[in-house]
Amino acid sequence: MSTASYDKKTQAAHHFDSLDQQHEAGKQGVWLFMATEIMMFGGLFVGYFLYRFKFHDMYIVGGDSLNWQLGALNTLVLLISSFTMAQAVTETMSGNNKKALKLIYVTVACAFVFLIVKYFEYSAKVHHGMFPGFDMWNPDMTYIMSQLRESSQGIITADPANLRLFFVLYFAMTGLHGIHILIGIGLMFWIIKRIKNDEFSPKYYTAVEGVGLYWHIVDIIWIFLFPLMYLI
Amino acid sequence: MSQSDTHSHGGNYINCEKGLWSWLTTIDHKRIALMYFIVIMAFFLFGGLFAVLLRLELLTPEPLFMTGDMYNRAMTLHGSIMVFMVIIPGVPALLGNFALPLMIGAKDVAFPKLNLGSWYCLVIGAAIVVLSLFWGGVDTGWTFYTPYSAKSSDAVTLVVLGAFVMGFSSILTGVNFIVTIHKLRAPGMTMMRLPLFVWSLYATAIIQVIATPVLGITLLLLIFERTFGIGIFDASMGGDPVLFQHFFWFYSHPAVYIMIIPAMGIVSEVISTFSQKTIFGYKAIAYSSLAISAISFLVWGHHMFVSGQSGFLGKIFSILTMLVGVPTAIKMFNWVATMYKGRVKLDTPMLYSINFLSLFTIGGVTGLFLAAFSVDVHLHDTYFVVAHFHYTMLGGALMGFFSGLFYWFPKMSGKMYDETLGRVSAIMTFVGFNLTFIPQFIMGSQGMPRRYHTYDGVFAPYHITSTVGSWIVAAGFILAIYVMVRGMFKGIPCTEKNPWGGTTLEWSIDSPPIHENFTEIPTVTGRPYEYR
Repeated sequence: MSTASYDKKTQAAHHFDSLDQQHEAGKQGVWLFMATEIMMFGGLFVGYFLYRFKFHDMYIVGGDSLNWQLGALNTLVLLISSFTMAQAVTETMSGNNKKALKLIYVTVACAFVFLIVKYFEYSAKVHHGMFPGFDMWNPDMTYIMSQLRESSQGIITADPANLRLFFVLYFAMTGLHGIHILIGIGLMFWIIKRIKNDEFSPKYYTAVEGVGLYWHIVDIIWIFLFPLMYLI
Repeated sequence: MSQSDTHSHGGNYINCEKGLWSWLTTIDHKRIALMYFIVIMAFFLFGGLFAVLLRLELLTPEPLFMTGDMYNRAMTLHGSIMVFMVIIPGVPALLGNFALPLMIGAKDVAFPKLNLGSWYCLVIGAAIVVLSLFWGGVDTGWTFYTPYSAKSSDAVTLVVLGAFVMGFSSILTGVNFIVTIHKLRAPGMTMMRLPLFVWSLYATAIIQVIATPVLGITLLLLIFERTFGIGIFDASMGGDPVLFQHFFWFYSHPAVYIMIIPAMGIVSEVISTFSQKTIFGYKAIAYSSLAISAISFLVWGHHMFVSGQSGFLGKIFSILTMLVGVPTAIKMFNWVATMYKGRVKLDTPMLYSINFLSLFTIGGVTGLFLAAFSVDVHLHDTYFVVAHFHYTMLGGALMGFFSGLFYWFPKMSGKMYDETLGRVSAIMTFVGFNLTFIPQFIMGSQGMPRRYHTYDGVFAPYHITSTVGSWIVAAGFILAIYVMVRGMFKGIPCTEKNPWGGTTLEWSIDSPPIHENFTEIPTVTGRPYEYR
């Protein structure tokens, strides 16, 4: 491929008239990709609401057995990372690549903190037999029932039916989200490498903005997951 | 070699670089289109082979040469290959890739590398599907309905994975086309000056981008269901098998419009060009494409009238489904009105487009029968449904596809195919097609269930006619492909820029086009199809 033979900072790719056109095209492409992400998670959200409607009790029990403090911590971490990412884009736009680099490092650090917290949450669930696959489902019901909120204790007296399905959706949704965080980390390292190579300028920063948009959608999906899974 | 000095030597996109590697790493949309041509034609022959075998097996009421298991596997492969590997990528990825940038006056699609990536997604996904044959194949039907697909043979996971990977091909092509249409139009090419094929690709791309991810997550969940036993579609674990059907058809109904809308776009081009007359109702055709793509998201429940969804929901879906008939009929009337008092030239592309008009009308109208809730309860899962969707998919989408292939053939290859043989192929497919599927309407309405490998003797005359018809269709399409392949290598060079007298931009440049399409980006001053 003979595409790398031009200076990306000052010259548009061969099939574009101008850097502006190229930037607009790239940005629109990322936005469309965001639409596909929403539709993909949308399927899982439909599943969530369907089963919530069918088996209300299991969602109360399942939700209560999750550690909302850790969930809240992760929400905070992601919000901070979204802020630093947005700042990084702004800094690249005004040419402060060094500042942008630092901000992206903070973003990556937040992403790792998120994954580490998630790891502890997951391993606690696996430990109590709440992983719904590989024949590992063997929930410690006394533990789970002990986690119930006071307000729920009067309503739910027996083991809720199909509690397993709650954890199926919990692991599927947060797992898919976690994979997106991992991909995000990969994209950040790609951006870091390109900033170090001095590839971006106020005229050419499409990749940084694209990764920024991606990171925000990952954040927004979590903003919906957190209350649906942990709080209500 | 850098790109700027390739076309100064007078080379075209085919010979500007040489060697297999230059093709496998090309980011030129026209070369990628040719690579799609090769793989899609191979898949088409492969899927067609299974179709002929299935029909052959049905020659007699008793099993002829297949066991029931073999029949189910052949049927599943025929469906999966034709849907995921031929028709869905066919028009948008092959002809769209070739024609879209040319028609809007662009040098390439917006994301050329992504475009190449889409080709690899298709090929890798297809390879995974073919690989499944070594694990004994799949017997679920192309719809992979749970709970059966969760329990059936190991190869289901592979085929589903293959379809998942091919989904990315479709999504990425869609993203690419939407951005290309928005951002890369030549000066003066306003939205209302876009050729209608471009409008149809736009409407298609919207569906590809919005619907395909839902299939992605559905197939992923099915893979999890099979490998981890998560039980989300398993009633014994509280899951809902019908949820799978909802998810699946939320994609797969819009997907039939991914197949048909671009074919409609081709027909709009061909009918205007070969009637040598301005298209009738440009705006109506353009907007009806968008209308179809919007309504397509609201009709999936008509596949599930007998699945146990509520009667109220059934009625709503029934009415919404009939709504699709409105924009479709608008298109039909506009095409016929375009031909009226035109100077109609009956060349091969036009013959295929006329095939489309007549066959798709039958497919569309029988679709209205099936959309009627109460009628569908009677006709559900019979050969009537089989005949209906073959009239839309083969008689509609594939006829349009071949029309487009012949239409842009001189531009793609710089050669001319054998016109007489081309016309013969168009007539053969038309005759054979009707012979194959009209009997299926009749026996379907009399209660012959689909997907059965043996049948009651009373249906034998219909099945025999149908099988004989299938040989004629197969011969017709093989002839068509032969005509094209032979034309590519041995055809008379067609140096004329505009052999058909088309008015869209692609006919103003060399055949075959140079590497970056236009020596100078044109400025568009008028609407397309301005015949005088």
